Order: sequence, then C-alpha cells, then structure tokens
Amino acid sequence: MKAKVYVTPKKSIADPQGNAIGRALNKIGYDKVEDVRIGKLIEIELGQITKEEAEVQLKEMCEKLLANTVIEQYSFEIE
Amino acid sequence: MNNYDAVGLTRDEYDRIIDYIGREPNELELNMYGVMWSEHCSYKHSRPLFKHFPTSGEKVLQGPGENAGIVDIGDNLAIAMKIESHNHPSAIEPYQGAATGVGGIIRDIFAMGARPIALLNSLRFGEIEKYDRVKYLLEGVVEGIAGYGNCIGIPTVGGEVYFNSSYNGNPLVNAMCVGIIEHDKIHRGNASGVGNSIMYVGAATGRDGIGGASFASVELTEESEEKRSAVQVGDPFMEKLLLEACLELLDTGSIVGIQDLGAAGLTSACCETATRGEGGMEIDVLKIPRREKGMHPVEVMISESQERMLLIVEKGREREVEEIVEKWGLHAVVIGKVTDNDKLVVKEGEKVVADIPAESLDSSGAPKYYSDYQVPEYYKEAKKFKYNDIKEPTGYNEVLLNLLKSPNIASKEWIYRQYDHMVRTNTVVKPGSDAAVLRIRGTKKGIALTTDCNSRYCYLDPREGSKIAVVEAARNIVCSGAKPLAVTDGLNFGNPEKPDRYWQFRESILGISEACRELDTPVISGNVSFYNETDTHAIHPTPIIGMVGVLDDVEKACTMYFKSEGDIILQLGETKAEIGGSEYLSIIHHLETGEIPFINMAMEKRVQEAILEAIQRGLLESAHDLSEGGIAVGLAECSMEKGLGAEITLNTNLRRDLELFSESQSRFLISVKPANLDAVARILEESRVPFRSIGKVMGNKLQIVMNQETVIELPVAEIEELWRGAIKCLIE
Amino acid sequence: MKFGIVVFPGSNCDIDCYHALKDTLGQDVEYIWHDTEEVKEYDCVILPGGFSYGDYLRCGAVAPFSRVMDAVKVHADKGKLLVGICNGFQILTEMGLLPGALVRNKNLKFICDTVALKVENKETPFTNRCTHGQIINIPIAHGEGNYVVDDEELEKMKKNGQILFTYQENPNGSVLDIAGICNENKNVLGMMPHPERACEDLLGNDDGKFILQSIISFLEGGWKSE
Repeated sequence: MKAKVYVTPKKSIADPQGNAIGRALNKIGYDKVEDVRIGKLIEIELGQITKEEAEVQLKEMCEKLLANTVIEQYSFEIE
Repeated sequence: MNNYDAVGLTRDEYDRIIDYIGREPNELELNMYGVMWSEHCSYKHSRPLFKHFPTSGEKVLQGPGENAGIVDIGDNLAIAMKIESHNHPSAIEPYQGAATGVGGIIRDIFAMGARPIALLNSLRFGEIEKYDRVKYLLEGVVEGIAGYGNCIGIPTVGGEVYFNSSYNGNPLVNAMCVGIIEHDKIHRGNASGVGNSIMYVGAATGRDGIGGASFASVELTEESEEKRSAVQVGDPFMEKLLLEACLELLDTGSIVGIQDLGAAGLTSACCETATRGEGGMEIDVLKIPRREKGMHPVEVMISESQERMLLIVEKGREREVEEIVEKWGLHAVVIGKVTDNDKLVVKEGEKVVADIPAESLDSSGAPKYYSDYQVPEYYKEAKKFKYNDIKEPTGYNEVLLNLLKSPNIASKEWIYRQYDHMVRTNTVVKPGSDAAVLRIRGTKKGIALTTDCNSRYCYLDPREGSKIAVVEAARNIVCSGAKPLAVTDGLNFGNPEKPDRYWQFRESILGISEACRELDTPVISGNVSFYNETDTHAIHPTPIIGMVGVLDDVEKACTMYFKSEGDIILQLGETKAEIGGSEYLSIIHHLETGEIPFINMAMEKRVQEAILEAIQRGLLESAHDLSEGGIAVGLAECSMEKGLGAEITLNTNLRRDLELFSESQSRFLISVKPANLDAVARILEESRVPFRSIGKVMGNKLQIVMNQETVIELPVAEIEELWRGAIKCLIE
Repeated sequence: MKFGIVVFPGSNCDIDCYHALKDTLGQDVEYIWHDTEEVKEYDCVILPGGFSYGDYLRCGAVAPFSRVMDAVKVHADKGKLLVGICNGFQILTEMGLLPGALVRNKNLKFICDTVALKVENKETPFTNRCTHGQIINIPIAHGEGNYVVDDEELEKMKKNGQILFTYQENPNGSVLDIAGICNENKNVLGMMPHPERACEDLLGNDDGKFILQSIISFLEGGWKSE
C-alpha cells in the first residue's frame, strides 16, 4: 500500500518561503499569482496492512514526526 | 472569568485604568493595557530595582530606555548593543523561537541607526545525556539561530552554552546583537513634530503571537503546548531588505523617529514613540497591511508579526521614503500622524476605537511592585559543605578526561560550526577563544565581545555569583587584549511573586551593580525574563552578562592558545581550597553545593589591568582566564588548537584535587617568550599580582607534576579528540 | 582592470568581495545593482555569496530571472570572466552556465569552517598563480554545497580539466570531492569556498589571494592559456 502525506504550514502561520516565491513569480510576469504556500510531499510505501490500520498509523506518524504540529498541518491519501 | 482576568490584569490594575481614562475601557483598550502592563513589557516587578545599576559614564552615549544602549569607542564611532531573551517561544518551537529572537534583537540595533555587525547567543539547556527532548531543543535552537543569522549575513561570533538539570523544562535562549554607528547618526524612537506622518514598513500583519507578550509572562504549563497559533515565523530575507532600506532611509534625514515592532506589536511601538516624543499619535487600523482576512482591531494592534518597523517621517517627505523602500522590494504606507495632545488614538476608518493617554500605557504608567523577599533555606544549607566530605579520587588522567568531555566544558564546535562567523570579513578572533574580536574597518581599532554567566554560582549565592559573572566577562575581554567598556544584561529568573525567587533577583541585581561600578562598565541596556519555571521547579538564576571592550590596535589581539615551544607559562593569582559550586564537584562527585569562590574586587582589577598592559605592550603570547574545571582544564584548553603540550610543575600544600580543579577567582594562565619574562614579571610585581612560573610549552603531551609526582600525563591529541567530539557524540 | 560585483536582494558577501579586491589587491571595483541592464565595462563579473531572494525555493533559483542576468550571460558568452562564489556558484548552475547542481550538505547542516583545497588544474585564468596540486586553505560557509552531476558530464569535465579545486576532507558529500569547477571554455568559475574571506593576515589566512591574483594576472595579460 502506498500513501502520500502532505505537510503544509498552518493557515494562520506566516510562510516566508511562499511569500518570497509569490513575489518572484509576480516579478517575472505571473501577475495573477496572489498567494503561494510551500509544503512537503512525503511518499510512503507501506507493507501488508489494512486501510484502517494505515490511517491510524499515518495519523500517528504525522503527529509524532512528519509534521511539526506546532506550525504545520497535514493530510494524507492512501492508494 | 472577569474581562480583566482574560488579559492577565488584576482588579487593582483595572481600577488604575479607569482612573487614567475616567471610564470603563472598551475591549481594544483593555487588551492594549493587558499587553503593555504584562511583566514582559512593563517590567512591573523588576523596574524598581534598576535604580541600583550604574548606567552612565563618559563613554555612554545612550543608556537603558531606548531600543539599545550605545557606548563610545572613539574616532566618532560608537557601539550599539542589546541582549534579549526568547525563552518561552523557544521552548514551544525551538527553530522559530530562536530565529525570531535573533530577528528581534537585530531590529533593535538598526532602529538606533546602527549597522549590525555581530551576533552572540547565550543558551541554557537541561540534561542532554538524559532527555531526547533536550537534544531536540538544542538542535532546533541552533538551527534557528543559524538559519536567521546566516541568511541575513551578520556573523554569529560568540556566546556560551551550558547544561543543567534546572533547565530541563525551561531552556534559555538569549540573543545579543552589536552594531556600529557614527556619533551624529544616532536615531531614537521619538514621535515628535505635530503633523509628521507615521509610516509602516515591512511584512504584513497576521495573527502571529497574539498575546505573545503576556504569554511570556506566565509559567509554562501543559496547556502552553496547545497555544499554537501564537508561534511567530521569522523571515530573514525580509529583514535583510528592511535593514538595508531603513539604514538608507536614515541617511536621508527624512526620518524623525524609528521603532521596531516587537513584543505587543503596534500598541507598544505607538505608545513608546509617542511617550518619548512627548506628544500624541493617531493611527487608522484599516491602513495596516494585513496577511489574513477578517482581523479584529485587537488582533491588528497586538499582533507580533515579525520584520515590521514604524517610521515617523517628516511631513511632505513620504514619497521619498516610499521610493527608497520600494527600491528594496518593500512597501511603506502612511498609517497616521503625530498629534499635539498626549493621546494615543486608534481609529477604524472614521470611527475612534481606542482613545487613551499614551503615557499611561507605557511602563511609566504601569503599576510597580515591590515584592517580598526571603532568604531560601538552601542558601544557608549549601554553605555547610566541607571538602573533607568528599573523597580524593584516584587516577587524575581519568578525572581530567571526564571533565573535558562533560558538555559544559567540551568544545562547542558542533554548534558554532553551523553559524557563519566570518561573513563581512571582520572576525579576527573566531569562536572558541575567550572572547571574539572584530576589527573596525577604516580604523586600527577592534572590539572584543563575550557573554558570561555561571548560573550554578548564581544559584548558590546570587549576589557573589552575579559579581563573578561580570568579572568573568571582563576577564574574557581583557584576555583578548581589550579594555572592558559596557554591559548589556539578560536577566533570566523564576516567578518574582515567590519571595525566594525575588530574593535571588534582588541579590543578583545588587551583585551586578557592585561589580559594574567597580570595573567601570555601566549597564547600558538589558532585558528581564521572569517566570522561567515549571510547576514548582525554577531555573537557576541566570543573569547573562554581555560585554564589549575596545582594542586601540586590533593587531595586538591575543588568544588563549599556546603559540610555540619554549614559551614560559605563568599562573597569575592564588589557588585556594575553593571547590564549592565547581564543575569538578558537579561532574565527578555529583554535588551542586558549597560556598562559591571568594571574589576580591580590588585584586581582580589589579590583575586585569596588569594583563591588559602586558598584552598592549606586546609581551604575551597567550592569555586565558581560569574558570570551570580549574587549572587542569585551563591548561588543556590552552594546549589544544595548535596541539602544543606543556610540562608543568605545581608545588602545593593543597589536596591534589583542590590544586587541580579549584575555581579560585582572579586567576589567569599566560605564556611569554623567555626574553620577555623580566618585563612581564616587573608589571606583575608593580601591580602586586601574585604569580608563579609553572612550566613551559613543550612537546605534544600535557604533563603535570605535583610535589615530585606525575599526576597527569596525556597526549594532547587524545585530549583534543575527546573534547572536540563530545557534544556531537551526545547528540548523534 | 575593472571588476563588477552583482548585488541581488539577499547578497551578503558582495561587500567582502569588494574589500578584498579593492583594499587588499588595489583593483578597480564597482557594485552592479540587480535591476540594471548593462555590464559592458567590466573585465570580470562576480556573483557573490549570500542568500539571493532568500534562497527559499532552491538556492540560486530566483536570481537568474533578475534583470541584469541577460547582460551577464552575454558577457560570459563573449568569453569574458564570470565568477560565482558560493550562492553565485549555485546561481551559475541554475542558469546552466555551469554543469551540475548543488544540493544539501550530506550531514544536512550548515557548515562554516576553513578547509584545505587541492588545486587540480593550474592552467586556467583562475588558478595560474597556483602550483599543480598545491594545497590552499579557504573558508566555506554553506548549507547546500554538495555538488552533483551525471557521470557522462563528469567524465567530460575530467577530460577537459574543468575540475579546479577538490576538498582534501570532503565536508559536504560532493562527488569526487569537488569544491570548484569551470566551464568548457574556462572563462566561467564556480566555487563553494570563499577566497575573498582569506585575503588578509589579520584574519588569519591569505591563501585566497592565490585565486584572486590569478584572475588579475590573466586580465593583465601576464598569463596566456597554453
């Protein structure tokens, strides 16, 4: 089983990277760009495991390690 | 819960507000008082004691009360400096907490018109051997400091890191910034000149650190981990642009006043500049650039979003300001004007949403508290310790190695290697020696910088321990060849409402004051961080002393390392049976007790003056003060770097462990060329400084013979490998 | 000879390059603002270290889109000297003026230290004052200096003598210990170490002069490629 975990800065948290890239995109001509937020995509290969178990474990992984829940939010997809 | 409770105020404080404004405050007004009268902003428990500090002197151009203190170094140049804590934010989110701490202190320096030229950091963590959380905090804090300082291009040249169980729940992160400025370019945070414009420049305002200021004034509890939206994120690139834009603006003469937005955000910046300018101010919250939609005026006024500045601009020159700011890719907007009354008026469009006397919000209007104090039991108990209570160890090689690999003494290279300490090519003495030395371009001068505090001493005896923190900082400055000039202090303590903690604080202030007066190093700026405690457990009192000194000729800068074989090693000062509070007692005997070493200020001054004279006359090859770990550790520290050993003979009446590891004060190790020995001896004799020749720089082993018996014999390479790798080893 | 140092938003080592060339080596030096269009008058253009545009997406990713960079490219295409130090090296690889890329250091940490470099090819405008195999000590200060390049390109670089400096003790995981390279035409240099930080005895090291003086010798016509 395969999982994709998305970790992004929480909405209320400033994202200096996203802001700087947004300004750079505006500067090189993409003037419709209003906001950019930058996060991480983490691909995880899981062995023999049920979807329910995977969900429980992925949530744990995010809380414990993958996301810094002080400033980041996460979501995941299981394929 | 009463509405005043919700903003952290008491009933009496609420009544005080009603007295000031003649009516009940509205929600915005109450929140503004709440953040401004928090301990963090108002210093309500500490301010009454500040009168003890010596804060003036012929070289002081700006004492406490501004964004930073300024001290003259001659040639029409001056040094701006300040230290500030970011302890609570770093405990919650170490990377961003430390990064924004660095960002904040840099803004304080360029708000004076000075160009920041160096950063230092004083860090305290819990027992790294025991807790993974401590490793996580250390790694995060160091990366945060590196991430911000490296990106903005200001070298991180020094600091200190200590570990102790008292910091298990409360790490300390104190950042110090130093800037250089010409005398006639000093700017202040004054909002004066009726009709002048208030402009806002820098990052947009979001809901960062809402309540952050009052957040830093309550004890950490389990729930704090949940207060997550309060975390501020640093943007060093934005700050670099802001820094360059502001320094360019200040050169145009269009700026009347400048203030950074730090704790309590706009509320604090507006009320402080208005109060200093002895006038009033009117601003419109709708004009504030915002990052998020739907923000309430309260959120806008107390947000602690980073990388923002407030400018008071001469009326009619706003366009000029906008153009310079835009050149740096930023925007400046007019948000209000200076008025002729003493009110701070906040509008939302046409509607007045707050109307209060500016001065009443400021620390001068805030209440002051004289807490009760009480001598704690442990203080008397500790003095009962006798060294006969502990057994003399066998095998001093092993004892020395155990000390050298203990995290407090081990090399901090793993940490400072992550900091760019060379950028801007002024760093003459890099991290690792007693003090960092920077040259001042365009002159022959240099400055020396250090931070110091032995908090175990300060716990066992806050007054004497704090004196020692000051003199140790001065020793480090002197050993680099510089004359100590001024102090910035970062005072980290527990809950001041508890009588024993307040006693520690009061004693510490009295100790710092006495030592600074004696050494003629006034306190020109500083910061207080209280409530560094969890449940019932407080940190050791940690008054961090940041000090600057000046070298008239930077080419004469001295380091602690032995330079060449055959040089003669002298010990200055006397070794006594003083191991109370020592690193030896803590690491080898697991005891944190005893009477701390006695400090004789008159002797201290004589030794420091003698060393300074000898360095300035070019007579010394190396100089190092003896501190944690005593003469044995001191000799090892001098040997490393160049891998030069020493043959040492110590004849003594003391027990061997006391001779080797005593931390008696006012002691130094110097090395001199044989040809200079007489001249050095003459200086020392004239200064009535006790000294003895203890051996020579020789070979690649450290050998110590005591009363005809070899007690230590170790290859320098072995010592160095252990000492250099210890912290890395603990973390990885 | 005239040097130009490009100043991007976020450049930090522009001033260090300026002082090293002007105060220590007595050269004619000017800053070039990123928003200008021409760089005609310069014999050598330097892209300095720092964190251009914050270096937030990838190091050096945004700087190639600065207005001045078209002219810088023309300058290099004409065979004039172009030097990228640290962030400047990263920018040159992003622009494709130098092969390969720079990724995060192997230990994932920023490293500031002084390291020993070996001069691998002295027959270039940037190394002609060195001896072959000479060891020079030069400071490094980077978080993303781990040089990667595909095998085919690497072979080509080896064959053409484009590898100019290698680390004696690899700090960051670079392939073949590579610290600095040049293009095939040998007029564009990229290196992670900072020679401009090592030009004065007062700072404890002046080995950086070997590189900067090589450039000056070349420009003054004191050295010609064989």
